[in-house]
Amino acid sequence: MKKRIQWRFILIGATLMLAAVFFLPNTPFFKVMPDWWTKNMPDKGITLGLDLQGGIHLVFEVEGEKAVEITTERIAQSLRDIISKKKLNAEITSKGLLITVAPSSMEIRKAIEDNYPVLAPVETGTNIVYTISDKEAKRIKDNAADQALETIRNRIDQFGVAEPTIHRQGTNEIVVQLPGIKDPKRAIEIIGKTAQLEFKIVDDASPVAAEIPATAAPGEEDAVLKKFAEKIPADDEILFEKKVNRETGVVRKIPILVKKQAALTGDLLKEAKVNIDSSGSGFPHVSISFNDAGAKLFDEVTAANVKKRLAIVLDNTIYSAPEIKERIGGGNAQISGSFSLEEAKDLAIVLKAGALPAPVKMLQNITVGPSLGTDSIEAGKMAGIIGTLLVVVFMIVYYRLSGVIADFALALNIILLLGAMASLNATLTMPGIAGIILAIGMAVDSNVLMFERIRDELRVGKTPRVAVDSGYNKAFWTIFDSHVTTLITAAVLFQFGTGPIKGFAVTLSLGVAINLFTALVGTKTVFDLILSRRDVRKLSI
Amino acid sequence: MLELIKNTKIDFMGKKKIAFIFSGIISIIGIIAIIQIATGKANLGIDFAGGTSIQLKFEKPVVLHDVRKALEDGGLKDFDLQDLPSVNKILIRVKKTEQKLGQTSSEVTEILTQKFSGNKYIVDSTTEIGPKVGGKLRADAAMAIGVAVLGILIYVAFRFKFNFGVGATIATFHDVLAVLSVFYLMGHEINLILVTALLTIAGYSLTDTVVVFDRIRENMKVRHKEPLESIMNASINEVLSRTIITSLTVLLTSAALFFFGGEVIHDFALAMIMGVVIGTYSSIFIASPTVLLWGRKKAFARR
Repeated sequence: MKKRIQWRFILIGATLMLAAVFFLPNTPFFKVMPDWWTKNMPDKGITLGLDLQGGIHLVFEVEGEKAVEITTERIAQSLRDIISKKKLNAEITSKGLLITVAPSSMEIRKAIEDNYPVLAPVETGTNIVYTISDKEAKRIKDNAADQALETIRNRIDQFGVAEPTIHRQGTNEIVVQLPGIKDPKRAIEIIGKTAQLEFKIVDDASPVAAEIPATAAPGEEDAVLKKFAEKIPADDEILFEKKVNRETGVVRKIPILVKKQAALTGDLLKEAKVNIDSSGSGFPHVSISFNDAGAKLFDEVTAANVKKRLAIVLDNTIYSAPEIKERIGGGNAQISGSFSLEEAKDLAIVLKAGALPAPVKMLQNITVGPSLGTDSIEAGKMAGIIGTLLVVVFMIVYYRLSGVIADFALALNIILLLGAMASLNATLTMPGIAGIILAIGMAVDSNVLMFERIRDELRVGKTPRVAVDSGYNKAFWTIFDSHVTTLITAAVLFQFGTGPIKGFAVTLSLGVAINLFTALVGTKTVFDLILSRRDVRKLSI
Repeated sequence: MLELIKNTKIDFMGKKKIAFIFSGIISIIGIIAIIQIATGKANLGIDFAGGTSIQLKFEKPVVLHDVRKALEDGGLKDFDLQDLPSVNKILIRVKKTEQKLGQTSSEVTEILTQKFSGNKYIVDSTTEIGPKVGGKLRADAAMAIGVAVLGILIYVAFRFKFNFGVGATIATFHDVLAVLSVFYLMGHEINLILVTALLTIAGYSLTDTVVVFDRIRENMKVRHKEPLESIMNASINEVLSRTIITSLTVLLTSAALFFFGGEVIHDFALAMIMGVVIGTYSSIFIASPTVLLWGRKKAFARR
């Protein structure tokens, strides 16, 4: 008998030590531990959730459909080249996901389908309408999501956030978690910007250009677009330049007629950085330099368009449209516009990290400021201490010495719970703290059930030792059943819950599971120890 | 031995009519609440309905009315305000709009920065949920409740005989519906954290029911000549003190959470308090009488 008790004490002691080792990184003691310890022993511990340390949780949807549209347009462009090279006669137009070829002939079809087997005809007749096959569209979307993930990761790296979490969710969603971030709004803008940089030739030669109003007030853009929709040449479009008056802050939009087809795009960029204007204005601008291919193309484009204006377009907004005074070699250019130093820095970041393959849409944004997190932790601590004290005192008042034993098991329970969470590197959230506190209340339930059973046995005249043993045996299944039902719901919460709720499920289920051990092994061991010492006549229960 | 409740001989089963009427009414309200939630008429939280919620902490006390006026003048529509005057906090909720996510929150902060230039504030938290996410969270929550109830039903059916399973499940359903109905009647927000509390209640309220059922099962073995109703009565009386004490300990910690746990967890703690109390009631007044109604003694098993 005695030996078995010893072994159980060793078991309890060992688990306690283990829990302490795992939890140590969360205490100040970890810092004063010797080197060999910090290097070889667990060093992560429990991490705080975004709701406790502050930060943002964002979910973006990659609009894969747009990526397919972009590809469709690109294919249409290249088909035009193919057709003209083969000296065939057909007009190719693309709209949305469809490419229309008019007229259609066997020869034209063959030329198209040989070059682009991914195109599937949806309508045949005098004209033929193609769309990208479902399989290929799915691949493009998937690819877009992958690329978007990579680009967003690059941007965040350059923005500089400690320990970001960025991952894909489902087919087209990207989850970004940035703990402890100071300027959430700026981060959201950097991540969400498509940053499609294009250089487009301004079509001042067209007669329509002269008719377009010089400026438009914000909000009037659509009216202008509508008015000229029919008039402008087919390969032109109207884009707006945004001008902010630096003194008054008044925003003006300047409509400019540009060629639809970009002369050059941002994917040929090598570098982007912020410079302060040397002209004395002190305004920041972003200098960009192209890679070799880009530099060559830039050289050609500028050479061919001297005296024309070149619009620098980011996400369909013109930043500036300077005149090309002479051919520009070397592949350097600058983007100036009415932006602040911070905006210029962010622009450089997104340009360097590259454009998103398709626009992203924010689906969810949960931002928690650092002060709310601190308040929550303080409140959680307070509630935990008071809740525990109430339970501890109640157990001692009601069950006397046995209550003390139950409280010992409760302490064991809390330490093991923290140790277990640390060993799993679990994330502690505010609902998670609530889970711990609830688990404290539930932990003593097992002891209550046992003690009441033991009281039953004592009432019918059994000796303390027999009463304890049979009380334990009889209460076991009741305790087991009640724990399992709680575990079922915790498991469901874990499966279906998001961030903070998952944290709750983790602490509650661990707390309840550990309770089976502390209540059944912990308390029983102490009872056995007391009862094995001498012939106990009366049990303090 | 300190005992709260000693040798009671209360006729619990005799009160089943009153209990059924009371619980029936509260359950019907709960079902109405579910229908209102499903059709989007209940006070759904941002996480389910979509929209924006912003919590601000001001340096100096603010009058709720001033904030409302400032926002209205600024052109904001369809919003709710709530304040926590003791800590100078204001909670602004804007129901779903056609706007792009992110626009509403910057609009609100811009208006307030302008109108309250003498009283600085910090943004405690911003939550913006697009309609798609809201729909998904709603579906997830419904799914979670369904799976949890099914899981409990299967486990109880496995551990007890069928009619006990029915009794336990109905008692569990009843507890969830009752808490929901109170929240609904009080006009509190129905959100993810409440669903979490409801599921926790579902799992926990079974503890008391299991305690009662275990004792009934045990007594049926030794007192098989007696009518079931009196066995049930005796069993409930025997375990009454432990049923109440186990609930009491959880009640103590839930109350600590309610009073000291801060605003984030306030409604959760409130739901837990109600759930624990109602769960204790239902394990005494609903679970066993339901078993009795479902099938007479012959259906009872000895396991």
